[in-house]
Amino acid sequence: MQDSTYSDAIRLAFDYLLSNHPDVFVIGQGLWSPWYVGNTMTNLEILYGTDRLIDTPVSEAAVTAAAIGASIAGMRPIVVHPRMDFMLYAFDPIINQAAKWSQIFSSQSKAPLTIRAIINRRGEQGAQHSQSLYHMFASVPGLRVVFPTTPQDAFDFLISSVLSDDPVIYVDDRSLYEEASYLNTIPTVHNLVSLGPKLTTSGLDLTVVTIGRGRVVTREALLKCPEISADTIDLRVLSPCNYEIIYESVQKTGRLVVVDEAWGFSGIASEVVSSVACHSPQIHLKSPPVKYHLPHSAAPTSSTLEDAYYLNSSQLASIMKSLFSL
Amino acid sequence: MADSFESLSKAYGLLYIIRSCEQYIADGRENGLVHGPVHLGIGQEAVAVGVSASLRNSDFVFGNHRSHGHLLALDPDPFRLFSEVLARSSGFSRGSGGSMHLTSPQTGFHGSVPIVAATIPLAVGAALRNKLVNSSDIAVAYFGDGATEEGIFHESLNLASTLSLPVLFVLENNFYSSHLHISQRQPDLPMTRYADAHGIKYRSVNGNDYMNVKDVSSRLISHMRSSPHPVLLECQTYRWLGHVDWRSDVDVGVTRSKYELAQWKSRDCISHLKSFIQTCWPESMSSLVSLENQIKSDVNDAWHRALSSPTPDISTLLAHTYYSN
Repeated sequence: MQDSTYSDAIRLAFDYLLSNHPDVFVIGQGLWSPWYVGNTMTNLEILYGTDRLIDTPVSEAAVTAAAIGASIAGMRPIVVHPRMDFMLYAFDPIINQAAKWSQIFSSQSKAPLTIRAIINRRGEQGAQHSQSLYHMFASVPGLRVVFPTTPQDAFDFLISSVLSDDPVIYVDDRSLYEEASYLNTIPTVHNLVSLGPKLTTSGLDLTVVTIGRGRVVTREALLKCPEISADTIDLRVLSPCNYEIIYESVQKTGRLVVVDEAWGFSGIASEVVSSVACHSPQIHLKSPPVKYHLPHSAAPTSSTLEDAYYLNSSQLASIMKSLFSL
Repeated sequence: MADSFESLSKAYGLLYIIRSCEQYIADGRENGLVHGPVHLGIGQEAVAVGVSASLRNSDFVFGNHRSHGHLLALDPDPFRLFSEVLARSSGFSRGSGGSMHLTSPQTGFHGSVPIVAATIPLAVGAALRNKLVNSSDIAVAYFGDGATEEGIFHESLNLASTLSLPVLFVLENNFYSSHLHISQRQPDLPMTRYADAHGIKYRSVNGNDYMNVKDVSSRLISHMRSSPHPVLLECQTYRWLGHVDWRSDVDVGVTRSKYELAQWKSRDCISHLKSFIQTCWPESMSSLVSLENQIKSDVNDAWHRALSSPTPDISTLLAHTYYSN
């Protein structure tokens, strides 16, 4: 059986949605151009028409808000932001409008749109083309934020996000596009209300919670320390998220490392660590929890500096070993 | 086609309801019964009533911070408006919105919010829906002259023009942002230049003349329904009260004077329509007076009912943060 890549899975999810749901359309910049969105949308505009795959003027704010307006009017749009950095132009529509819409009208109206926020880093792209800003959106009530890391989740989550009645930020990361595994193309439509973290490997001595590409870095790091038996948990849902599975794991292992390729201050890793601390005073950690994340600095440009800036599995392996004085 | 007495007296009734409701709200704010800020449109009523005469329930209308009139023109229910302004569960937004967040989806009013210009692109999106499903419904965005200074207004006009979307941009030009006269914010050029810049058809009307607004918007909307395209309709008007709450705010800005206010009050949309009806149907004045009396009584009754209506139940505090729970 042939494996599918993460990027194929995204394309297949679009294909599924567009062929099964006439109320779905896609809008954003670069939809007709392979260099904006990799091969995640190849030829969709030929298959489904440029009326439903709308490549737009350079207007992130109005385009995002127009998708919100269409969702209020009964459609299920997907807005594509080929780089999350440019999405900041759309802060008002996302945070003031979409996130508030059902609350201010007591659920007499809703804004069921999906915003595909793509992280595209490295390659000497520098400070304004490389950011992982999902923690900013995850802090806003009313938004749901998901971040799949496997082809199956990339496929199922895109479909589940679009079929959700809430505004959803669907984060994907181009550094994951070549991740490959078996893909069941009959979707599992998750209810995002109950969707949560997933145990990806089971162990006894250490809990590693991963966000996004953190899962890949952790997988590689653990190969470098076979003596460590770890529970690894892919967070998958950034907000709102039930951490019960994490609490149970840390209760068992007594050690916690959170791996997030984003800034650390006030970020998702901090949320996980503080939640564990607040939730379970009876958990006695055998070592202080560790947050492994980017330095508190914008992305550098030089590839030499990039290597030092981004997460790497050797560094993570050393951190994990140090917890056991290995 | 000439207007009938019935259609004009209906419009007159709507103008009168909006004015009466807003006067109650102003008084309620002054004497402390209304707790949140209210942006009143007294003086501007003819815009919403004129445009709404050609709208239907399946259209998508979006308002702004000053939208009591936009909503009542489509859904003239003083009790639900008062309830909402008082944040009671019997309100249009079931007490979650207050004066600045109003909705009545069943009548086509899909929401007002106070972030300036924020609903303009929402209307563009609703118009995109109309185009995608081949509907002859249109979308309407009401906004003021201040909103034309926001970037998203220009993005929205360009997007609507590029995609040929059936959205009516209703620019209520009352010459003031919260406190600054337009001459202190923009060069002295026609507001319709923004439509010109984006290849959008435009008209400018006297926003204090119900029939002028209604006639022009009716023709524009009828064309938009048969062949989808955006239109900018500038309605020049004036708010009698200040930006927020019950005061007149004379001389708070630099140029808003008693003289200017008096001049605009002499061009009152309600007196204007009343004297027109009086001229054409002198025999009907008694029915107009009894209409006024009926409205006064209904509005007074609605105000007192709203005041004694319950606030939202504590259990609803977190019920609507997400639509799916």
